Amino acid sequence: MITEALVLSAILFVIGTFGVLVRRNAMIMFLCIELQLNAVNLSFVAFSRLFGIEGQIFVFFVMTVAAAEAAVGLAIIISIFRHYETVNVDSFNLLKW
Amino acid sequence: MAPVLFYMFAGLAIGGAIGVVMAKSPIGSLLFMVTTLGAMAGTFVLLEAHFLAAIQIIVYAGAIMVLFLFVIMLLNLGHDYQKDLKGGAFAVMSFGVTGVIAGFLAQELGTTGIQDGPGGASIDALIAEHGAVGAIATELYTTYVVPFEITGILLLVAIVGALVLAKKEV
Repeated sequence: MITEALVLSAILFVIGTFGVLVRRNAMIMFLCIELQLNAVNLSFVAFSRLFGIEGQIFVFFVMTVAAAEAAVGLAIIISIFRHYETVNVDSFNLLKW
Repeated sequence: MAPVLFYMFAGLAIGGAIGVVMAKSPIGSLLFMVTTLGAMAGTFVLLEAHFLAAIQIIVYAGAIMVLFLFVIMLLNLGHDYQKDLKGGAFAVMSFGVTGVIAGFLAQELGTTGIQDGPGGASIDALIAEHGAVGAIATELYTTYVVPFEITGILLLVAIVGALVLAKKEV
């Protein structure tokens, strides 16, 4: 069960990475980052079956940080949307050569 | 029974994840994400992390995803339905990068078939002694009480930061 959970975690992480790389919509990139965080959570839970309860406590902290990150990130997306009227990341090219 | 359930949840999670990346509208993406989170809560239950499964449903699928939904609806996204997948060389390069990551992960996992270690028995004993919530809580409020308090400060900073950033005129 642990090996299967780690494989599932790896697959979800890779799908999340691919999503961040290929989508242009900032909201969906953000969702894919959440997917990556969740994949890591799954491997923490799987490793807690090997090394004790600390893995689950780490997941607790990761979830808290993810909640804070979602709040601040969405606020940044809203304030960017006010300036550009879009969330397409290709439009945000002020610092790009 | 448990392996069948695990593969069912795993398939649901992977399908949902692919849906998140491929869905046309942001709302569709978000609903696929909720599916994935629910399936992952199922795998948490199968790995005996009952409290985390409940938190996953309540906090992630319930609170964070609703926050995303509010923002998508506030910004009125998803009406243009323009294709925003990057195509061409960039997509190929992304396939390459993710393929390399997947290869490394497969190599790491393939060489060591991991079996149930000593941690599983200790967690089962903790759950039998304190209950599913108590098993985490006793450790969290004794050994990890300082990080737990710092988490409170982090959340306060996040609230203030979100308010300042999203304010009308900065």
